[in-house]
Amino acid sequence: MTVESHTGRGDGGDAAPGEERGRVLPSLGVYLIGLVFALGLTATAFWVAQTHLLWAPGIPIGLCVLAIAQMGVHLVFFLHITTGPDNTNNVLALAFGVLIVFLVVAGSLWIMANLNHNMMPMDQLTNLHLQH
Amino acid sequence: MFGKLTWDAIPFNEPIPLISALAVVLLVGAVLGWITVKGHWPYLWREWITSVDHKRIGVMYCLLGFLMLLRGFADAIMMRSHLALAHGAGQGYLPPDHYDQIFSAHGTIMIFFTAMPFVVGLMNFVVPLQLGIRDVAFPTFNSVSLWLTASGVLLINASLVIGNFARTGWLAYPPLSELKFSPDVGVDYYLWALQIAGIGTLLAGINLVTTILKMRAPGMGYTRMPVFCWTALAANLLIVAAFPVLTATFAMLLLDRYLGFHFFTNEAGGNAMMYVNLIWIWGHPEVYILALPAFGVFSEVVSTFSGKPLFGYRSMILATMAICILSFMVWLHHFFTMGAGADVNAFFGFATMIIAVPTGVKVYNWLFTMYGGRVRFETPMLWAIGFMVTFVIGGMTGVLMAVPPADFVLHNSLFLVAHFHNVVIGGTLFGIFAGYTFWFPKAFGFRLHEGWGKAAFWCWLVGFYLAFMPLYVVGLMGMTRRMQHYDNPAWVAWLQLAMVGAGVILCGILCQVVQLVVSIRRREALRDVTGDPWDGRSLEWSTPSPPPLFNYAVMPNVEGEEAYWGIKQRALRDGLAPEPRYAAIEMPRNSPTGFVTAFFSTVTGFALIWHIWWMVIAGLLGAFATFVWFAWRDEDEFEIPADEVARIDRERRRVRQDVLLPSLGRPA
Amino acid sequence: MTAADAAVRSPHDPHKLGRARERIDGLPKDAGRGQGGPAPKRIIIAYGFWIFLLSDIVMFSALFAAYAVLQGATAGGPTGRQLFNLNNVAIETGCLLLSSFTCGLMMVAAEARSVLWTQLGLLITGLLGLGFVALELHEFADMIGQGAGPQRSAFLSAFFALVGCHGAHVSCGLLWLGTMMAQLLAKGFRPTILHRLMCFSLFWHALDIIWVALFTVVYLLGAIR
Repeated sequence: MTVESHTGRGDGGDAAPGEERGRVLPSLGVYLIGLVFALGLTATAFWVAQTHLLWAPGIPIGLCVLAIAQMGVHLVFFLHITTGPDNTNNVLALAFGVLIVFLVVAGSLWIMANLNHNMMPMDQLTNLHLQH
Repeated sequence: MFGKLTWDAIPFNEPIPLISALAVVLLVGAVLGWITVKGHWPYLWREWITSVDHKRIGVMYCLLGFLMLLRGFADAIMMRSHLALAHGAGQGYLPPDHYDQIFSAHGTIMIFFTAMPFVVGLMNFVVPLQLGIRDVAFPTFNSVSLWLTASGVLLINASLVIGNFARTGWLAYPPLSELKFSPDVGVDYYLWALQIAGIGTLLAGINLVTTILKMRAPGMGYTRMPVFCWTALAANLLIVAAFPVLTATFAMLLLDRYLGFHFFTNEAGGNAMMYVNLIWIWGHPEVYILALPAFGVFSEVVSTFSGKPLFGYRSMILATMAICILSFMVWLHHFFTMGAGADVNAFFGFATMIIAVPTGVKVYNWLFTMYGGRVRFETPMLWAIGFMVTFVIGGMTGVLMAVPPADFVLHNSLFLVAHFHNVVIGGTLFGIFAGYTFWFPKAFGFRLHEGWGKAAFWCWLVGFYLAFMPLYVVGLMGMTRRMQHYDNPAWVAWLQLAMVGAGVILCGILCQVVQLVVSIRRREALRDVTGDPWDGRSLEWSTPSPPPLFNYAVMPNVEGEEAYWGIKQRALRDGLAPEPRYAAIEMPRNSPTGFVTAFFSTVTGFALIWHIWWMVIAGLLGAFATFVWFAWRDEDEFEIPADEVARIDRERRRVRQDVLLPSLGRPA
Repeated sequence: MTAADAAVRSPHDPHKLGRARERIDGLPKDAGRGQGGPAPKRIIIAYGFWIFLLSDIVMFSALFAAYAVLQGATAGGPTGRQLFNLNNVAIETGCLLLSSFTCGLMMVAAEARSVLWTQLGLLITGLLGLGFVALELHEFADMIGQGAGPQRSAFLSAFFALVGCHGAHVSCGLLWLGTMMAQLLAKGFRPTILHRLMCFSLFWHALDIIWVALFTVVYLLGAIR
């Protein structure tokens, strides 16, 4: 039906997910930069989790930020997701997935926290009374 | 050697399941014997079982759905007739143990194995034709999807003969569905059948999303796709996003049951409420997976039979996509009464009411499409009008229950049962029947008999109201669902009326069976020679009925909304476009992969249910070997030569020139 | 009359969407976006696989949600802080990250059609993946040995299911990787093989992304609590 091309370059239309094109750097360099970034972020995250030098209440948020940054690094440097027009469909699908993941996780946490609070088992409820 | 499987698994001492199981086994045996004697196996194997043609697969999905409709309805009429008897001193004829299995099986089968196959089948058949392309993105996976669904059907029906089915309701809430309270194989049948069918559905969803987003005919931009394709896109996005949650939830319950995990148990910190939360994250989008394609069918039907373009095409798209997103934000309304606080309940109550807005937009669009049109009251249009009235009532009772305080009164009552039957029968099932009548000539080359179709419609419509309006009443009177026996004499008359309604629906189903038989016998008289029996507006009507294997000899060039209507008007004015240059067409080769994979998954599922571990390993190895073998194939396409393509398409053009255009061009 | 002319004249096309049928390198420009007909097979396959990966990530999100809800439900048993060994996790993470990198290099080699380097890339990716799975199994065995198996508490059930599900994905990936090495050996760089290598690399990178979420949510946040 269609002419096959596997170089991933110059055939117009959309880009496949994970396909890079029109980049200045050669592919090897892109992966290397990605690796350096990813290793750096991972090392920072492990250091943050174990150190006593940082303000403790901020650590969970810091770890989440580092994780999101690293996922971004993976998407950009390993999966070659860009904001270009040839990637619109891939990014839209990704955005839909992220929205669903957010709804599932955040929604469950909110609902279950609320339920657990309201439906606290009897023994814990008694403990609560004893504390006062 | 055979795990938990012994002769005790066959219900020798229970006459009702035994007799019905024997009847089914004899019937299936007779059909298989007839096929063998007549020597139809090679034909069936070549043309249907191994087929990767989206049209054939769509037809087989619908056939599966129709067979399971009969099975699910048998359960329904048993429940209704039992409840008409089981009051006061009367005990009915179904012991509680059996009654519980019946209502669980009814719900499971109707949602997963009637509505889903029907809806997926219609989308499979229609979407590639409407998009002007030759097949779906992954034809072989399409066949795998179909046969995995069939594998689930086989397992769930095997529970009738070997062992028993779940007694937990159609969503198998823990802790009742945990090993401690349901130690036999019923819940395992439920879980494995749905896991296997669910993988098939997920693959089908991925397939159609990719098809719609990446494989449209030239010029078929997003704002030119028929609304049915839009609703199919939305429904399949929901499949892709929701079914993995179901898979994960069932996997957790399976881990609880098989390996002693504590996700949802009463002990060791397990939390059964988490199951309810997770299953409804899937469950609410599922409602729209079933409803949205039906909305798409009605959009096509209403516009075609009113002889007008759809009113508010773009608002229809917006409404569809709004429902697609919103349907993921309302799931808590299925368990308002579980104990969440006022803030959570209020949020989800409002979200639920908001989702009625885009649905209302759609209803007004259909009404305005009919307004000022030349409406032809043929069977598909009757279903559409019946839907609009019925669905609006069902929708309004839904909005009523979206109010949390009202839901505290109505939750788990027969009012709820009446509500969801009102939307699922009045919405999805009527849509399926409209689509079935509408596209039947496209699939088989002859129309369905009009008289029997109308009789079926009126029986279904009247039967529906007789069967379910009384349930609203007894629900308000306080009758809860899933009761096997009751003592309140005030309910008796209503439940007997509901049974009469179920009987009228039975007449409707019989009319449909007769309609099919009569239509096949009189197919020459009902033949659709033009390929465009309803004066259609979208591309599928530009092909002959039934369409050739490759659908389109040359891909249509789409130049506006309602692609085929434009082509047809131009042809009426200027005559047919000049003959195109025909080229050879590559089509995917048939493949037994789907059938073989499903065979192994059935074996694996059955072995897991009965704890036959050697068979589990054998089944999994077989499935893996099938995939490697499929991957090793070198030639997966074959070529249809250009002169064969030209011969088929010239015949189509001749019919258009000689039959269709003169009949349309005549002054009315 | 060209299609572009038709689009301009067509009364059905106020937004002139029927344009853009110029061809580049024998393929329609904008193929797959509706203007130029179906996309090339390579893009269809990769996109379908992309959708599959998203659905897989949604499945993980349900497991993550279960873990997040149940992580406090230790039922008097050990907590994550008592059980997790961050050094072990750091080595696992290193293995997986490097394997993601070598997987990328394997794709570079495949683009250059070098059988030797592609096979080598696959082999190293596989060995690193194998190392990851071995470390994880060792960790699991260790925990079960201490009486902290999945039957102990809801928290441990959720932990084993979530981490185990990721481990099962990596193991399936290894099975796939082995099959791909055999196929490459037997058939060379056919289009279908290249499609599958592309899908495999997508799969492997996606598993790495899930692992990033996993080591942050389960191990790091679990260790500081």
